[in-house]
Amino acid sequence: MKIVEQVLKGDKRAAGKLISMIEDDDAGASEALAAIYPHTGKAHVVGFTGPPGVGKSSLINRLIREFRVRDRKVGVVAVDPTSPFTGGAVLGDRIRMSDTGTDPGVFIRSMATRGHSGGLGLATFDAVKVLDAFGIDLIFVETVGAGQSEIDIASRAHTTAVVQMPQSGDAVQALKAGILEIGDVYVVNKTDLGGADAMSSNLDFMLEERQGWRPPVVQTSALEGKGIKELADAINKHYRYLKGGAGWRRRESDRARKELYESMRRLLAEAYSDETEGITFEETVGAIVARKTDPRTAAKKLLRDLKLPK
Amino acid sequence: MAKKIRVLIAKPGLDGHDRGAKVVARALRDAGMEVIYTGLRQTPEDIVEAAIQEDVDAIGLSSLSGAHMALFPEVVKVLKKRGAGDILVVAGGIIPDDDIPKLKKAGIKAVFGPGTPLADIVAFFRSSAK
Repeated sequence: MKIVEQVLKGDKRAAGKLISMIEDDDAGASEALAAIYPHTGKAHVVGFTGPPGVGKSSLINRLIREFRVRDRKVGVVAVDPTSPFTGGAVLGDRIRMSDTGTDPGVFIRSMATRGHSGGLGLATFDAVKVLDAFGIDLIFVETVGAGQSEIDIASRAHTTAVVQMPQSGDAVQALKAGILEIGDVYVVNKTDLGGADAMSSNLDFMLEERQGWRPPVVQTSALEGKGIKELADAINKHYRYLKGGAGWRRRESDRARKELYESMRRLLAEAYSDETEGITFEETVGAIVARKTDPRTAAKKLLRDLKLPK
Repeated sequence: MAKKIRVLIAKPGLDGHDRGAKVVARALRDAGMEVIYTGLRQTPEDIVEAAIQEDVDAIGLSSLSGAHMALFPEVVKVLKKRGAGDILVVAGGIIPDDDIPKLKKAGIKAVFGPGTPLADIVAFFRSSAK
């Protein structure tokens, strides 16, 4: 495919267009994904999660510069929520990264969740694949930051950075399930506000070693540019840990598993949006309501009889 | 689902007044579009780079400080140079009537001065996006 060849050659405009093509599910999107997939798997994908306003975008901005100094090519996929009422979105993460300007070694893409719940959009990781194939070797994914977005990113990124800030709850808040189990690196940002030491030591006290990795707690101030080197070092250390053992393969398998299920679910939904199959589906719904069958039996029958679209 | 229109709202130059840009960004969001606001003090090269990475359908340029003639046509030029001449460019802010035909000649598709109904701006983006 021409656009894929251009992306592999390092054509930025083609990469931008390819991400749109896949996100919009245009004609040729599946073919394009199949064509770039063998060229993915090299990039280190780091997810950033944490409450809105905690400083994820500003931190990423600092990290871009730090990693550029270390001669890495850096990509960012920044996700913001789509309004459930208007379908529109203001994608406001990029504005914090505006000093990267025209650096050819940086690619920032803003994406909206487009109705998908959980902190990421459906095409978020497709954009990651395009950037990977394009030649970016370090990709930051910034989640929406509300609700259970930690779970979404942790099952897909290689390294998950959980960003928090002082004065946002006490030690008991930190004990609540999810946050403490999901991160590979913990960041206490906005140290300029004060109270960071107490928060860091609380976190440090409660974090446990998992499969040979003890998550570090790093204090940063994106505003003042403090702790950025230490955070970059921690990210690199986790990469070496993953590559040095079974970690990398485990994360890749987790992601592949998720994406396989998603693709299957998508195909099913598409199959039943087809006219004939759609009628069958609706007739089955009617039969369930009339107590002629039950949901499980009906599901088995539908799957057995299903004809997938070409 | 109808194709989403993606728009970049940018402020080239040193002008720091962005309330208008934010008002337009909100209106476009409320009209179902995805709006990327690049913030202040962007060069034409910065703006085009962002437009390419984000693969937007259109760029809205805002200037209230009189730098429009120096910077807006430059954005169009850089877009063409980078092979992105198909991205629509429109302008808003404080732009004297005399400059409007000059901007249009330089490739700016429309100029929305103060008082333009937001509905008109939304309608324009909707009808001209790819």
